[in-house]
Amino acid sequence: MRRISFLTAGMAAIALTLSGCGGSGDEKTTDSSAATEASETTEAPETTPADTDTETTEPEETEPAGTGALVEGASGELDIFTWWTAGSEALGLEQLILVLEAKYPDIEFVNGGNAAGQGGSGKEVLATRMNAGDPPDTFQAHAGKEMQDYIDADQLTDVGYLYDQFGLRDAFPEDLVAMLTQDGKIYSIPSNVHRANVLWASVPALEAAGLSTTDAYYASIDDFIAALEQVKTNAPDITPLSIGTTWCQVHLLETVLIAELGADGYNGLFDGTTDWAGADVTAALEKFATLMSYTNEDRDSVEWEPPIQMIEEGTAAFNIMGDWAPASFDAYGSVAGADYLYAPSPGTQGIFDFLADAYGVTNGAPHPKAAEAWIDVISSKEGQIGFNKVKGSIPARVDIDLEAEGFSAYQLSAAEDFASNAIVGSIQHGCAVTIKQGNAINEAVSKFNTGATDLAGFQAELVTAMS
Amino acid sequence: MAASITRKRRGRFRRYGPPLLLISPSVILIGIFVYGLIGSAFQTSMTSAHSAAEFTGKQPTEFVFLGNYTAWLATKEAHHALLNQLIFTAVFLGGTLSLGFLWAWLLDKRAKAEGIFRSVYLFPMAVSAVAAGVVWKWLLNPNRDAKAYGLNRLFQTLGLDFMQNSWWTKNLTWGIAAIAMPAIWQMAGYVMALFLAGFRGIPNELREAARVDGANEWKLYRHVIFPQLSPVALSAIIIIGHMSLKTFDLIMSISKHTNYQTKIPAIEMYRYMAEGDYANAAMVGVVLLLIVLVLIIPYLIHTTRAEKNR
Amino acid sequence: MSALDTGVVSHGVTESRVGQHGFPWGKALRHLLLIVFLAIVLIPVYVLLVTSFKTQTDAQPAHAWLLPNEWTLENWKKAWNGPSAAVPGVGPAMIRTFQLVIPSTIISAFLGSMNGYVLSRWRFPHANAVFTFLLFGMFIPYQAVMVPLYRLVQWLKPVTSWVDALPTVPDGIPILILLHVVYGIPITTLIFRNYYESVPQELIEAARVDGAGMLRTYASVVLPISVPSFVVVLIWQFTSAWNDFLFAKFFVANPDKSVVTIALNNLAGGSIMSDHGVEMAAALLASFPTLIIYVALGKYFLGGLMAGSVKG
Repeated sequence: MRRISFLTAGMAAIALTLSGCGGSGDEKTTDSSAATEASETTEAPETTPADTDTETTEPEETEPAGTGALVEGASGELDIFTWWTAGSEALGLEQLILVLEAKYPDIEFVNGGNAAGQGGSGKEVLATRMNAGDPPDTFQAHAGKEMQDYIDADQLTDVGYLYDQFGLRDAFPEDLVAMLTQDGKIYSIPSNVHRANVLWASVPALEAAGLSTTDAYYASIDDFIAALEQVKTNAPDITPLSIGTTWCQVHLLETVLIAELGADGYNGLFDGTTDWAGADVTAALEKFATLMSYTNEDRDSVEWEPPIQMIEEGTAAFNIMGDWAPASFDAYGSVAGADYLYAPSPGTQGIFDFLADAYGVTNGAPHPKAAEAWIDVISSKEGQIGFNKVKGSIPARVDIDLEAEGFSAYQLSAAEDFASNAIVGSIQHGCAVTIKQGNAINEAVSKFNTGATDLAGFQAELVTAMS
Repeated sequence: MAASITRKRRGRFRRYGPPLLLISPSVILIGIFVYGLIGSAFQTSMTSAHSAAEFTGKQPTEFVFLGNYTAWLATKEAHHALLNQLIFTAVFLGGTLSLGFLWAWLLDKRAKAEGIFRSVYLFPMAVSAVAAGVVWKWLLNPNRDAKAYGLNRLFQTLGLDFMQNSWWTKNLTWGIAAIAMPAIWQMAGYVMALFLAGFRGIPNELREAARVDGANEWKLYRHVIFPQLSPVALSAIIIIGHMSLKTFDLIMSISKHTNYQTKIPAIEMYRYMAEGDYANAAMVGVVLLLIVLVLIIPYLIHTTRAEKNR
Repeated sequence: MSALDTGVVSHGVTESRVGQHGFPWGKALRHLLLIVFLAIVLIPVYVLLVTSFKTQTDAQPAHAWLLPNEWTLENWKKAWNGPSAAVPGVGPAMIRTFQLVIPSTIISAFLGSMNGYVLSRWRFPHANAVFTFLLFGMFIPYQAVMVPLYRLVQWLKPVTSWVDALPTVPDGIPILILLHVVYGIPITTLIFRNYYESVPQELIEAARVDGAGMLRTYASVVLPISVPSFVVVLIWQFTSAWNDFLFAKFFVANPDKSVVTIALNNLAGGSIMSDHGVEMAAALLASFPTLIIYVALGKYFLGGLMAGSVKG
């Protein structure tokens, strides 16, 4: 992922590695599943979001009912809570439903999910249902600490047996399984993986500033600050670093913490081995403040997209955002390499800042078998392929030949890093901190960036947030 | 004696039975859906149920009496949220009442195409907060000069560059006032309708009588029209005031619940709820109710007194 | 209504008398001001409109004031039908919302009218206290009571699921009707009570003397004169039920089969990628029914408000 050119050159090697993995994975899963996998890939080798509609009914008609079902006797309703209600996420969900219909024709998918966007992510609706004793069978959440409140309240079941039954311990990276395991129990199964620490750069803006237009990786935050300063001097009309509202600012903060503390130091923030009040954290926060001084004036009033659009239009030079950004680049018609570059965010080469959407089975689920079937669907190869290709994320499974499946160059590079890098959990995206901690961190960042607190106050609030 | 009481009772029942019967479904429904739930929230607000586990009884909770209230009210964030609420309410009330009054005054004197003006002024009320939020988010963009769009761009085009400002994004104290703009846009038309109805409800003889007495225009307003309009203004204050406490969708779609600049108690309540801290969510809700009580009691006293005088 | 009409006409007389001396400067200035305010009010509407005809890349905040590069109706189609098979549009949602709004508005209006009638014209001891009791319900902070409310709704499920099971009734709609009716009681009672207070007492007394019972008086005397207040309640309840987001979010489980605000929100704010043109077209579509009601009933609305608010 160091450079686009490096990337294309290394592609063949990556593909080989991946297909190697894929082979071994297949052997471990049951025959029927492998068969479905094979038939799925031959049928639709080049699924793109655009074809989705036309293909809607195809798998249903051609495949024998119930092929590849790993959960026996699953039928009836599946009450599922998800916030994949719009855009490419909704298209991805549609793919998963197709897989569900093929594997489990007796299950009726009942979308009990809710509106994302303006009204928040619907987390409060889910919490209300859970705590009022009306849990859905399964629900979407970010993998990791975000689910802690439910785990503490005994509202999720240990799905470790499903990892064994579906052969997932070998299909997912070891780091990931370890990260999701708590006291030997595991409560969620990821359907897709995103990377948070990605730097996006605008080629025309880099040109105007006299920066490298082929390599956007900066080895340290200090190097990056120097580059931002160069943009400011050489191209005063260009915003050096574009950014969105509070959550985007927390997102930036976490990449700075990773860069400054390293993977171990960063992980230590959450198990108590790194002190939030320490001098190295202070230094990181100072750098974060410096970075914020290069950002756009309207940052608090925009979501992540307008800042990405500034990269597309060349009115901003850099942006740090998760790898859902390509959906926007694609819509705008920007081409990686020619119009924009991507690289690990400054100082985080070799580290994969991870977040994932995941599902668990609720305690007291009205239809637990159906929930298990859903877990089978989202963790199966065909499910992970169908969903991720459309959504733009990468499969959590590392036993899929992504190149043969037609994943994009970016996805291939991210998958390679996911399989080889040190994996750390995202703060903003619910992996490393609980909802309560995340809210407190958001508030601390918002206060600091609006001048309600100074640096010392900021750090003190972070300490309180995590205590 | 006993017989007369029974007769009296029967008489009372015949008089009061039917109206009581007719109103009892409403009383029961409100009793359950409002007072029952408020009671439940009040109870929760005095416990230490700060997580799902505690709330659902998986972990023990304590009775903390007013502990959550005193703890929250002692924080800087709570003061900020309450001050924001105060400023927002003041601007929202001031804006809707003055614009509503002005429009009604302009229209009252028989304007051409009155129906069109009235419908257009009322129209924003039809736009849901979710939709209004999207447009206003654009309009209130704080970028200036070359990068400006939204209202700042419009000001430039009109040669009013000095009016460009950062709206709600920079000023921690007064920024919230900018969020009141879309709220005023939505509700000023309704207040106009109230005032217009008020104007037209003033018996013409009153005006004529004042004129005959030689009152000038100002005296006419001071002594005849304003007093006649005061009940209208009072209803408007109640309606707008209570809406301002619930302005939630608008802030969620223009700003974000995480933006410190626009934090108000309703946002704080949402946040507590989303993180499973039901004790504090209920506590903020009860605080909001108490604020409403302070607002509504003078109104109720006024209404009861007015009726007694009649 | 007749009172309103006379009031209007006689103001007109005063006005034209002033205007007889030369050019009516005052009148011109008034109209100028009205037009300026009209323009200001329409600014956001202009942005909504032009953006709704723009292509996805053109429909950006930076281009807010510009006319579309290329006019397209695509957004309106997408907004109505849904941008893809996976995301429902506002069209079908609007039909379901009518199924919600019409019954809840009608029930609310009748309930409010009966309450108002009883509280103002058929008094019983402590009627004022009961009125205050009902009125205070207006101020309930919904978020703070959501969990107990959700439990209450769960408890009512045996009844509501029976209604849900009826053909042509969309799931979850009966619950929403119930909630809008219940939480509409305070405001509708307030409006009708104020209105009936202003109606000449003699009318009702006359019926009473005739020996008519409460319900007969209501049906034969009170109801026929209640039209203005019905209009006010209709407009108020229609607007609040149509634009409600909170209850729909919590109580209609399936977002694909939900009401118009949910559909609008799902079109507007996915966590990934938004198409502002579709969003704006949907916002406009969603506000048309309310707009039509305002235009059609505007005159009566004023009359109703007037009748109710004069005595406050």
